[in-house]
Amino acid sequence: MKSIKVSIVSSSEEIYSGEATMVFATGTLGELGIAPGHTPLLTGLAPGPVRVQDGNDEKTFFCSGGFIEVQPDIVTFLSDTAERADSLDEAEAIKAKEQAEKDLSDKNDKIDYAKAAAQLAEAAARLKTIQKLRKNQ
Amino acid sequence: MANTKEVRKQISSIKNTQKITSAMEMVAASKIRKTQDVMLLGRPYSEKIKEVISHIANSSSEYSHPFFEDRKVKKVCFIVVSTDKGLCGGLNINLFKNVIAKAAEFKKDGVESCFALIGVKASGFFKAIGGEIVAKVEMLGDQPDPDNLIGLTKVVLDKHKNGEIDEAYLCANSFVNTMTQQPKVDQLIPLPVMENDDSAPTHWDYIYEPEAKELLNGLLTRYIESLIYQAVVENKACEQAAKMIAMKNATENAGELIKELELLYNNVRQAAITQELSEIVGGAAAV
Repeated sequence: MKSIKVSIVSSSEEIYSGEATMVFATGTLGELGIAPGHTPLLTGLAPGPVRVQDGNDEKTFFCSGGFIEVQPDIVTFLSDTAERADSLDEAEAIKAKEQAEKDLSDKNDKIDYAKAAAQLAEAAARLKTIQKLRKNQ
Repeated sequence: MANTKEVRKQISSIKNTQKITSAMEMVAASKIRKTQDVMLLGRPYSEKIKEVISHIANSSSEYSHPFFEDRKVKKVCFIVVSTDKGLCGGLNINLFKNVIAKAAEFKKDGVESCFALIGVKASGFFKAIGGEIVAKVEMLGDQPDPDNLIGLTKVVLDKHKNGEIDEAYLCANSFVNTMTQQPKVDQLIPLPVMENDDSAPTHWDYIYEPEAKELLNGLLTRYIESLIYQAVVENKACEQAAKMIAMKNATENAGELIKELELLYNNVRQAAITQELSEIVGGAAAV
């Protein structure tokens, strides 16, 4: 029987990898049934169960949104680790910006390369001194 | 000449320090394993998404995404991954050195730089030198959560979308082995051209559901997030390895110091005894 390679991964782990004769999932535009030899397809993955059938064997996984890539002999599920929504992303972005803005109060537009170089030179000199001390011991 | 009490005090204080550094060495050694595991767990996703992106790059898509386009560079953004804690040798400072060198190079061509920072050490350094910081994430812990990086990534990508920056670079240490960590500055946007997959036919395109633009946007964002996440977890592994080496060296140095001080202690003690004896002999002779 023809089969298709399935891999389900999320950014922090591999959830499943193996062969299947049929895969069912919920795309953002509706239910999908993917059989071997499917035409190349790229679509969103809606949060929900993914069913992987291999002969009479059936396994079910839960995915929380992401993307599905289908090639004739491979199907890849790229699952997010968490629920994603634009508003949530926006909140995260604002948080990261605010963190930075705390420092911006005393910001200089131009980087003081001379000062940075001096700091680096100082650190290097310190290292050298330590190494020298070590040698002399 | 120092007296015996002083030397003894110094020896015991160094011994205490040595106990601490050797404990830290052992903690770091046990954490290396864990951080390496996290690094490996994330790999399948980044490999898969890379595959998908290279498929897309090879397909004859009707839509070309801004992340693939080269434009005239006026301002660049460096995403700098650093550690939250110190005591890890030259790990952070070597990386910053590379970043500063690159930024200075850009400055020569009239290109401005801004920074998106991950980790306490980076924000301390770039604040001190007065760089423009656009986003910052700190205290990610030993097992960073990919979700904590979403915000920072979005800030950088939004800036790229609005034309405020034209290129982005990812700066982090890469884990060669326990003894070696290599500071790296990699181009993130525009995405470097990927090698062509020979087996793939070139005249085909996906069916996109819904639209290509929307899908590619989401997918490329995830791709860049995954690259940054991988860099962060790899940097964590580097941190523990560098910490282990630094603490090992510190313990060894403390051992050497103690040896020397013990020699000094014996000298001092012997000198005191000799002096006392000669005083007694001198006293007896005088009577």
